[in-house]
Amino acid sequence: MTTQEILDKLPYGKSFLFVDELLHVDENGAKGTYTYVKDLPFYEGHFKNHPVTPAVILTETMAQIGLVCLGIYLLKNETSQNVSMAMTSNAIDFLKPVAPGEQVTITSEKVYFRFNKLSCKVKMENAAGETVCKGNISGMLISKENG
Amino acid sequence: MNKEEIIEALKIIVEPYSEEASALVHINENTDFITDLKINSANLVDIVLDIEEKFNIEIDNDSMAKMLTVKATTEIIAQKLEAHAG
Repeated sequence: MTTQEILDKLPYGKSFLFVDELLHVDENGAKGTYTYVKDLPFYEGHFKNHPVTPAVILTETMAQIGLVCLGIYLLKNETSQNVSMAMTSNAIDFLKPVAPGEQVTITSEKVYFRFNKLSCKVKMENAAGETVCKGNISGMLISKENG
Repeated sequence: MNKEEIIEALKIIVEPYSEEASALVHINENTDFITDLKINSANLVDIVLDIEEKFNIEIDNDSMAKMLTVKATTEIIAQKLEAHAG
């Protein structure tokens, strides 16, 4: 399965897609990038006159690249089915703020994939290679016929 | 390991995943993980992984699908332990 095929299977619409490139994926993890362009709508309110990328968006970005892309790859043999994922828990430390316009790189490492639950260690780095947030994210993969 | 011992061990495994204090105190064969202990499917996976580690057994997909009550879970653990010993 190519990285483009994985991107094509992502279930997100344009306004909530936080994956630009998927650099690598194998049985044990995934790596990809995303750039938070300056005109993303949440910057207008988070915060007034002081735009910072919300932690919840950083978490979502880590989940989309680290967990969902990996999950689609792990279920590659069920290619006729569409995959969606429900995040079930996360524990993330946020170390540095991410400003509008920054590109981040996400790397995930599978902890386990059992009974359709995928648990990963995930890390986000900025363009300078500094870790901006890291932690553990888990979700349940749901494959849907014709879905 | 007899049935009571398995249930006792199970109680310790399940405890961190449930907020239902009174259902936990009165845990018995008829306790249902989802309706009585309000455990979600994601945490049920973690409970099964903890069971594998605690009892040194392997749970397959078919067994996992049945493990919704203390009774069914205890039976599966007992079967696996027996198969292991034999």
